Amino acid sequence: MLNAADMDALWITLRLATVSTMVLLALGTPLAWWLAHTRSPFKNTINALVALPLVLPPTVLGFYLLLALSPSGPVGQITQTLGGTTLAFSFAGLVIGSVIYSLPFVVHPLQDAFGRIGPRPMEVAATLGAGKVDRWFGVALPLARPGYITAAVFGFAHTLGEFGVVLMIGGNIPGETQVLSIAIYDHVETLQYGEAHLLAGLLLLLSFVLLLIVYTVNRRFRIT
Amino acid sequence: MNPTSQAGALAVDIGVRQGTFSLTAKFRVSKPGVTAIYGKSGAGKTTLLRAIAGLSRAEGTVQVGEQVWQDKHRYLETHQRPVGFVFQEPSLFEHLTVRGNLEFGMRRRGAGDDTQTLDEIVSLLRLETLLPRSVIGLSGGEQQRVAIGRALLSNPCLLLLDEPLSSLDASHKLELLAYLETLQCQLQLPMLYVSHSPDEVARLADDLVLMENGTTVASGPASEMLTRLDLPLSHDDNAAAVVTAFCTGHEKEFGLSLFNFDDNTLHVPGDHTHHGVKPLKLRILARDVSLTLEHQHSTSILNIVPARVLDVLIGDSPQCMVRLDCSGQVLLARITRKSAVTLSLQVGQNVYAQIKSVALL
Repeated sequence: MLNAADMDALWITLRLATVSTMVLLALGTPLAWWLAHTRSPFKNTINALVALPLVLPPTVLGFYLLLALSPSGPVGQITQTLGGTTLAFSFAGLVIGSVIYSLPFVVHPLQDAFGRIGPRPMEVAATLGAGKVDRWFGVALPLARPGYITAAVFGFAHTLGEFGVVLMIGGNIPGETQVLSIAIYDHVETLQYGEAHLLAGLLLLLSFVLLLIVYTVNRRFRIT
Repeated sequence: MNPTSQAGALAVDIGVRQGTFSLTAKFRVSKPGVTAIYGKSGAGKTTLLRAIAGLSRAEGTVQVGEQVWQDKHRYLETHQRPVGFVFQEPSLFEHLTVRGNLEFGMRRRGAGDDTQTLDEIVSLLRLETLLPRSVIGLSGGEQQRVAIGRALLSNPCLLLLDEPLSSLDASHKLELLAYLETLQCQLQLPMLYVSHSPDEVARLADDLVLMENGTTVASGPASEMLTRLDLPLSHDDNAAAVVTAFCTGHEKEFGLSLFNFDDNTLHVPGDHTHHGVKPLKLRILARDVSLTLEHQHSTSILNIVPARVLDVLIGDSPQCMVRLDCSGQVLLARITRKSAVTLSLQVGQNVYAQIKSVALL
């Protein structure tokens, strides 16, 4: 079975994916809603920025994040002024990296779902006496449910497989910032193929099951 | 339904600007019933309804009963206006069942003592068997019935219907039209009904607001508006007058029903005695009416009524339009200009209108 260090890596990975997904859904919802409805001239710029992690090498992203989070970087200076620590090589830093890295995987399905609802159901709800907040929770949110399932699972699964960004800003501190994908890399480096197999297989299975859930659940929505 | 709607008054005086399109609408409705908003597509009918509902921003005044929905000093958002809106497409909430859709507005707009209960609306629109079903898979007519029920259950003071039949096929159209007629009779609720179908207007409307190029051109009782020679409705190929009459008998051997208004009798195909003693609307196309100066006896035409010429509109075309008064109701006759000259028709002259066919609406 897994040794203690690998168990730590698994635990950190799951915790990172869960926290990142929650942050992503919270941040991604208003962003996706805005992108789906705005006529602002900045829409294209924001769209391009959100999609950037899809094409950028994770090391590039990680490099800039490292600079920003480091003690002399802009974010690092702010956090030092506020709390006294830097975020580089910490779990919080990993969350920030993961959120940026997985942003398009959450924002795109939500944007798509909000766009598909169109203005009509919200107008109908208004004529039936539903105020702004009520319309959002009573109509938009439930109608966007398939989009939320896709966004949550894609965000979670994509964070599970993160490597480059984590390596750049998290270092590889066992028990603190060492995640599964890096543990696998370490095992291979030290020719521990048995352990590498176990972790790799675990990630493969987990990712497959998650994607299978998305497709099954969302298909059922469409039929009923 | 709502006590304020009993007063029935609706006063609209608004202007909307949307890019190059601008709308100016001014009209009043004095009693509950159906007011048709009639005009060609692009005339601004939908924009008018959207502005009244607060879905499109308009300047000006909208008052329903005693409530001011907007004026110089205030502007109620859509959800604060007790309005029912039935869109062209049913637009049901797909995440809710039929019952969930019906209850959406009911739960949000407090139910008073006079609120029509869910059961009453459900039975009025025959939705009993649909209640637990998902809205996906309902037929177009069923969906639109649910949409109408949903709007009614939100306890509106004003019901807005934006061509609710246009997305339906012919058979569902007739079916839904019948439901709308039932609603019209049973609910004391002012309704604005957008349509570009003269048939629907003739059948449903008590009053009519005519729109052209973003402006309300004229408004008044439908029977008058349909026959006013200065308005485009009377120039339509299917220009027609609507006469109110009572079914008084049935000639079984010929398959004809007898309809009376004042001392006049009209023959209508089919047995309509089951309608009882309520007033019914008959439509008489202008092209089916011819005029004679003396009462003809040896003719195949059964429906001959005395009338007085109210107006003759002679233009350049070979046809001309004559407006007639027949015991207080108005008829239209489209005859050739040559006939009008030959008969030397004068305003005030007494004639006989020979009516080739009459349709029950």
